[in-house]
Amino acid sequence: MKKTFRIGGVHPHDNKISAEAAIEVFPAIETAYVSMAQHLGAPATPIVAVGDKVKVGQVIAEPAGFISGFVHSPVSGTVKSVAPRADIAGNLVPHIEITVEGDEWMEGIDTSDTLVKEIPYTPEEIIDKVKKAGVVGLGGASFPTHVKLAPPKDKKAECLILNGTECEPYLTSDDRIMRERPQEILIGGAIMMKALGVTRGYVGIEENKPAAIASMTAAAKDFPQIEVVTLKKRYPQGGEKQLIDAVIRRQVPSGGLPIETGAVVQNVGTSLAVYEAVQKNKPLIDNVITVTGSCLPVQHNYKVRIGTPMSKILEVAGGLPEKAAKVISGGPMMGRAIANLDAATVKANGAILVLTEAETRRRPESPCIRCSKCASACPMGLEPWLLNKLSRAGGRHAELEQERVYDCIECGCCSFTCPAGIPLLDLIRISKAEVMKIMRSRPKK
Amino acid sequence: MNKLIVSPSPHAHGRESTQSIMRDVLIALTPAMLVSVLASGWSAFVLIVAGVAACVLTEFLIQKYLVKGPVTVCDLSAAVTGCLLALNLPPNAPWWLVVIGAVVAIGVAKMTFGGLGQNIFNPALVGRVFLLVSFPVLMTTWSDDGSMFGIVDAFSGATPLGAVKEGLKNGMTLSQLTADDLTFSQQFFFNAGGSAGELSAIALILGFIYLLCRRVIKATIPVTILCTVFVISGIFWLANPEKFTNPLFNLFTGGLLLGAIFMATDYVTSPMTTKGQIIFGIGIGLITVFVRYFGSYPEGVSFAILIMNCTVPLLNKYCKPRRFGEVKK
Repeated sequence: MKKTFRIGGVHPHDNKISAEAAIEVFPAIETAYVSMAQHLGAPATPIVAVGDKVKVGQVIAEPAGFISGFVHSPVSGTVKSVAPRADIAGNLVPHIEITVEGDEWMEGIDTSDTLVKEIPYTPEEIIDKVKKAGVVGLGGASFPTHVKLAPPKDKKAECLILNGTECEPYLTSDDRIMRERPQEILIGGAIMMKALGVTRGYVGIEENKPAAIASMTAAAKDFPQIEVVTLKKRYPQGGEKQLIDAVIRRQVPSGGLPIETGAVVQNVGTSLAVYEAVQKNKPLIDNVITVTGSCLPVQHNYKVRIGTPMSKILEVAGGLPEKAAKVISGGPMMGRAIANLDAATVKANGAILVLTEAETRRRPESPCIRCSKCASACPMGLEPWLLNKLSRAGGRHAELEQERVYDCIECGCCSFTCPAGIPLLDLIRISKAEVMKIMRSRPKK
Repeated sequence: MNKLIVSPSPHAHGRESTQSIMRDVLIALTPAMLVSVLASGWSAFVLIVAGVAACVLTEFLIQKYLVKGPVTVCDLSAAVTGCLLALNLPPNAPWWLVVIGAVVAIGVAKMTFGGLGQNIFNPALVGRVFLLVSFPVLMTTWSDDGSMFGIVDAFSGATPLGAVKEGLKNGMTLSQLTADDLTFSQQFFFNAGGSAGELSAIALILGFIYLLCRRVIKATIPVTILCTVFVISGIFWLANPEKFTNPLFNLFTGGLLLGAIFMATDYVTSPMTTKGQIIFGIGIGLITVFVRYFGSYPEGVSFAILIMNCTVPLLNKYCKPRRFGEVKK
């Protein structure tokens, strides 16, 4: 029997309409806008000034704290400005604007397709290379990868799980790289296993990607320590906690770190970036972005330089259709609606999804009929109807904490499933933030 | 330039709606309605139509003219209540009886509490019990055209359960009573003595399977109720088969299936978690058996469900789902 996680989950229609579109290299852009906040944690500090010449792969910003990261120039050219610019939500974030001139790469970066299998580096060297290449988690959370590869001293990693579930509907970028670059992904996995000092690796892939499963399984013949695990199609299987539960049957304790189960989870895209960083000296300067939507005439999977404006990508993809009502960065379940199409891509962007009004319309809200479908769907075993009711009442933070609102992973299963059309997650998300703020403000024991 | 919508995730929604769920319940009740109409003819048909119409109309009038709020009869919940109420009455009951029941069910049990989702008690059962105590004769006299199914002739006008109760009261033993002659297959496929909805176990079970396949309900509550009734009545029957009816007889009579499948699983008035649902089901099973064996009414399912409805808020408070990452006890 195929594996899956044990609590909750839903089955949204998967709509993988861009799955057969091979990865295309996106045409050269004129200007790149590189965000300083491309990772979880403190924004990076720019180290270039207006007028500086930069090459592809050159460090242009340094980490500003332990959880932070390096940022590299995705293009070659001249720094035009170092100034705040609006991100997808319209919030001002420091950006470095670079006028593109040619495509000159930093020395030492191997841009060939030659596969480099040998891993001559020590764990410390690997972690350092990953850090210097600015690799972050490409599954969405953009957690700096080098931090995850060096777990706290008192915790012992036992295995690495590569996340190839891509459980969000529509998204196909991970599917494509698993079909087109399975060797590189597995070498990346082997590199991370060496850094972690573990001998067991898994790749979790959902059953709706048979071509990716076939290609990864074939490539894994050379990697006896890595097992490709076919998982049932079920959302949110790509959630870190859900994937660990699905693959090794262990549940991360509430409030605990995933490492407490002995598992370290990395996205397959991250694994590819690690391969390029360690074996090819290539920093994270581009990524694969799915451009999809039923209203788009052609579906694409583009390899895009970081810092490309979303509007530019949509323009090249054929323009925004008349009936487009919502553009999402990411998938329909957890992606963010884009308010500012001129925002530039960041490392963790995986998709631009265009939905019509009919596809994204919210249902009119009707009374809760206490069907408890939200509770059955919640992958964290919470009771969304109750959390929503307490949130609505206002000021009931103690009860919300007791009902473990802080465990919510904001996957959206509750809102998705509610037959009464109640947007359960909206209010839960707000009260989760409030409760976590209260919890953090308490003196630590 | 397009005007773009910006809203928090998720940006997609499942297909189910309150209306689609209620529609599924109506579809699941169709076999039972068909059997009822085929067996009892026009009177059963009139009863169902009158029940549905009265429930929908009562809700409409209250929402429109009393509450002056939005009218939500299109969600079909009132139609389900009407249907269930009609199936809980003798098929030959006069149409005005179901209308009175409908007014009580919707007007008192549902709308007074605030409408859909707010009521504590199952509206259809409140309607039925109101009629049972107000019109005991009409509510316990059952159609006996008897020609096809002469089994219950000996106790003209009573249900198998009523007949047994009456017989036992008069000092008879079960072996003297012909009720035991009801063969299993008769009870399972067609059993003439009973309310409109309890004529055919197979029709109800078909509806049950449909609801399970459509994931409208989970099997927890019905299965717990049926198992409890079977086990408890089994113990009594083994102890004294002369005084207590056998477990199979208990499973397929007295509207137990109708209650367990369609009434006890009512979302609004049943617990939210599996743990709560199991306690709820065991409670209904126990009360049903005790009312049947020791109570003054021959039939206990309605009372059992209504009594257990009271415990739902408490069960919701104390029975929590298993949280992710919780250590298995």
